[in-house]
Amino acid sequence: MVTAPQVITLHVNGAVHRVEVPPDVPLLWVIREELGLTGTKFGCGAALCGACTVHIDGEPRRSCVTPVGEVGGKAIVTIEGLTAGGAEVAAVQEAWIEESVPQCGYCQVGQIMSTAALLRARPAPTDEDIDAVLSANLCRCGTYIRIRRAVHKAAEKLAAKSDGAKSGGDP
Amino acid sequence: MSAPSRRDFLRLGVTAGGALLLEIALPGCGGPPRAVAAANGGVAFVPNAWLRIEPDDRIIFVLDRVEMGQGTMTGQAQLVAEELAIDPSRLVVELAPANRAYDNPDAGLGFQATGGSTSTRASFIPLRTAAATAREALRQAAARKWGVALATCTAENGAIVHAASGRRARYGELAADAAREDVDAPALKPAKDFRVIGKAVPRLDIRAKVDGSAVYGIDVKVPGLAVAVVLRAPVLGAKLLGFDAAEAKAQPGVVDVIAIPTGVAVVAETYWRARRAAQAVRVRWSEGETHLDTERLRSAYRARLESSGVAQRNDGSFASAERRAARVVDALYEVPYLAHATLEPQNATAVVKDGRCEVWAPTQAPGLAREAVRSVTGFAYDDIVVHQTLLGGGFGRRLAQDYVVEAVHVALRVHRPVKVIWSREDDTRHDVYRPMAMTRVRAAIGRNGALDGWFQRIVSQSIAANVGPEWVHAFLPNRVPLSLKASMGRSAAITFGGGALFDETTAEGARDLAYGIPNVRVEHAVMAAEVPVGFWRSVGFSHNVFVTESFFDEVAHAMGRDPFELRRSLLAKAPRHRRVLELAAEKVGWGTPAKPGVFRGIAQARSFESYAAHVAEVSVHGAEVKVHRVVAAVDCGTVVNPDIVRAQVEGGIAFGLGAALRQEITLDAGRVTQGNFDDFEPLRIHEMPEVEVHVVPSDEPPTGIGEPGLPPIAPAVANAIFHATNRRVRRMPFSRAFAEDAAATVKGRTP
Repeated sequence: MVTAPQVITLHVNGAVHRVEVPPDVPLLWVIREELGLTGTKFGCGAALCGACTVHIDGEPRRSCVTPVGEVGGKAIVTIEGLTAGGAEVAAVQEAWIEESVPQCGYCQVGQIMSTAALLRARPAPTDEDIDAVLSANLCRCGTYIRIRRAVHKAAEKLAAKSDGAKSGGDP
Repeated sequence: MSAPSRRDFLRLGVTAGGALLLEIALPGCGGPPRAVAAANGGVAFVPNAWLRIEPDDRIIFVLDRVEMGQGTMTGQAQLVAEELAIDPSRLVVELAPANRAYDNPDAGLGFQATGGSTSTRASFIPLRTAAATAREALRQAAARKWGVALATCTAENGAIVHAASGRRARYGELAADAAREDVDAPALKPAKDFRVIGKAVPRLDIRAKVDGSAVYGIDVKVPGLAVAVVLRAPVLGAKLLGFDAAEAKAQPGVVDVIAIPTGVAVVAETYWRARRAAQAVRVRWSEGETHLDTERLRSAYRARLESSGVAQRNDGSFASAERRAARVVDALYEVPYLAHATLEPQNATAVVKDGRCEVWAPTQAPGLAREAVRSVTGFAYDDIVVHQTLLGGGFGRRLAQDYVVEAVHVALRVHRPVKVIWSREDDTRHDVYRPMAMTRVRAAIGRNGALDGWFQRIVSQSIAANVGPEWVHAFLPNRVPLSLKASMGRSAAITFGGGALFDETTAEGARDLAYGIPNVRVEHAVMAAEVPVGFWRSVGFSHNVFVTESFFDEVAHAMGRDPFELRRSLLAKAPRHRRVLELAAEKVGWGTPAKPGVFRGIAQARSFESYAAHVAEVSVHGAEVKVHRVVAAVDCGTVVNPDIVRAQVEGGIAFGLGAALRQEITLDAGRVTQGNFDDFEPLRIHEMPEVEVHVVPSDEPPTGIGEPGLPPIAPAVANAIFHATNRRVRRMPFSRAFAEDAAATVKGRTP
C-alpha cells in the first residue's frame, strides 16, 4: 500500500517550503531530496545512530523516523540553518574546531545538533548529562573524547558570552 | 610491465589560459592529457600531477589519497606546504580523479588506493619532491628575471624574496616564468628546518565538517539523477530466479525495476520512492548456501585446526622444544566475522552516456573503481572518469567496489544518471567481512624456566583469494587486455584460495612475533572462500595480535613472571618494540596499584611499520566490562601532525574496543543475523575510556598510524580482565566469552 501524497507546508531554517509527498515519508529524505539540504545525514534509518538529528520546535529529533506529516507548520532547523545563526550552534562549532573533533565527519552534524539542544536545556552539562544525550549519537571514528571536551568548552563559551551580556555595557 | 617511474611525472609543463592541461606522463596508457577548467585565464604553472600554481596566486594541491577521517588531506598538505614554504591553509585541495599518475607509491599497493596506513610513509619523499620541484622552478625563474644568483633567492611564505635588493615576487606572479624552467633533483628541506612537518596544524577539512557543507558520496548531485536501491540475496550465494515488479512499477516516481548481477535494482526519482517501491517487489531466490552457519563453521574450523597448515615462519624446531619442555601451555582462541559499519552507507553515482562513464564514489581505491567500471562496460580507460568524494568512514570497506559496480550496471540500463544507496541493513548484511579465525597456540617452557618454543596455527579464509580477481586488474598496467586481466584474476583467486601461495595478511601479527624465542613455528590453514571477506582496520593484526598478546600473558602467568617484565626481557633485540612498551608502562605506573577495583592489562604490537603498546585499566562487574583508561605509547617515526596521530590512536582504540566487547557477525542458515546498530553496535560515548597517547620522538622515516593503534587494545583489555577475575577470555567478542562461561557454569563444568 502506498500512502497518497499530500501538500505539506514545512518551515525549514526560517523559509517556507510546500512539498507534495505522502505524510509518512521520513523527514530526513524530504530535507535531503526534496529540499536539497544534504548536511543532515542518513546513517541507520532507525533512530539508532543520530546522524540525522535536526531540531523541531527547538527539540532534537531523529529525522529518519519522523514522518513529515507530523512536522507541518513546526519550526525545523537543520545544520544549514544553524550555521546562519544561533548562539549555541555557533559556540558548538567553534569548540568542535578548537578541539579538532571530526575525523571522517559524517556523524558530526548530528553530534553538533544534539549538543546544541543539550546546551539549551542544560547550559553547564555534567559528564553524565553528556552521556545521557550523546550516547544516542554514534561516531564510528571514535572521536568521543574530543566530543566530550568540546561540549564542555562550548558550554564555557556560552557562559562567558552570557556573563558578558549580563554585566551589560559595551566592552 | 614495469611501473612508470615517479620521475616521469615530475617534469615541468605549462598550459595556456582558456584550458589548463594537467600534463601527466602515462607510459603504457597513451591517454590524452586531462583538460582542467581554467580559473581566471592567464598561464598557470603545472609542475606535476599534484600542483598547479595559478596566476591569481592560488596554489592548487591535488590530493591523490582519499580523506576518510584519517587526516591524510591535512598531513599530505603539510608535506607540500613544508617544501613550498607556505602555510598549509594556503592550499586549495582538489581530490584527484582516477589516473595511474596517482598510483600509491607503496610497493605493496601499487595502484591508486588508500589503505594499509601507507599514505604518509609512501608519499613522504615523492610529495615533498613534487613541491620542492615547484619551489626550485619559482626560485630559478625569479633569479633569472632579476639577474641575480640563485642562491640569493629564497622561498618565504608564498613568495620568492631577494633580500639584498628587497625584491619580492608572489608565486602566482612567477607562474608563467617558472613553467619554462627545468628542475633537476631538487633538494628537500632537512628535518632540522621543518616548520610545518611536526606541527599540529588544524585539519583543512574541519570547517566543512562542522557546518554541513562537506560533500560525501551520498551527497553528490548530478542533474537528472535517479536513485536506486538493490534487493540482494537474503542467503549467501542465492541466485535470482525471477521477480514480479508490476505493483512497484505502478507507483509514482518509479523509473524501472531491473535485474543486475547482485539482485534487483529498484530505480526511482528519489531514495524514499525507491525504498517504498522495493517493498512491493516480489523476488524469488534459489536456496543458496544455507549450510553457512556460524556453529557449523566453528566445528569445521576446529576440525581444520587438527590438520596441518602452511608454515609462514619456522625458526629452530618447535617439535623438539615441546619434547624437552618442562611444561607446555596450550590454548584455543577464536574471533568472529566483523562488518565495517562505516557510518556513511555504501553508495555510488554513475553516468553512462555516448560510450563514456563517469563515476562519483566514496571509494578508497579510485584505481580499482576504474577497473571495475571497465570490467562492466568494456570502455577504454580514456572514456572512464572516476571522481573521489569525502568518505564517511572507510576502515577498509571501501577498498571493495561493489557499490560502484552496481551503480554502473543500473546506469547502463536506465540511460540516466543513477545513485545507488544502500540501507544500513544492506550494508551490514552484504559487507566483505573481517575473516572469522580460530587459532591454536602452544608454548614450550624449558627446564631452565625460559620460554623455549612458540607454535601458532591459524585457520581462516584468505582475503587475497577474495579480492585477487579485482586487484590483479589494477596491479597490471593498463595495456594488458581485459580478457587476460580477468583470467589472471581468476588464477590469483585459485592460488590464494587453495593455499598454493600464502596470503600474508592471514598470519600478520603472529608470523612477525618479536619476542626472542628460539623455536617458533607459525602456520596458516586456509578455509574455502565461502563468505565474502575483506580488509578491516588493521586486517590480520586485528585478530592475531589479540591471540599472541593474550597468550603471551597466559605464558607469563604460567611462568610466574610479570607480563610486562617478561615482554621487556624478551624484546632485548627489538628496541623500538621495547621502547613503546616501557613508555606505556612508565606512564601508567606499572607496578603501582590502580584505583580500587581497577585492574591493568598490557599488550604491544608492531603493525604497518609502527609500534604501539597499550595499558588498559578495567573493572569487571559480572559480565560487564568497563574500560576506564588506556595509556598508549606509539612510535610512528617522524610525526607529521601530532594531533592527528593522537586522534588516530584514540579512534583505533574505540574501533577495536567495540569489536572486542560485543560486535560480531554471525550466520544463521546462510543469512547474516545482524542488520543495524542495535545488534551490531559500535562503541558509544559513555563507554569510551580516557585515552592518553604518548608519542616517541623520532627522526626515523614516518610509518603508519591509521591502524597501529587498534591491535593492542583487545589483548590489553583481555589481560586486564584476567587480572580482575582470573578468567581468561579467549574469544571475541568478550560478551560471547562471558556468555559461554555462564553456560558452562550452569552445566556444572569447570570453565
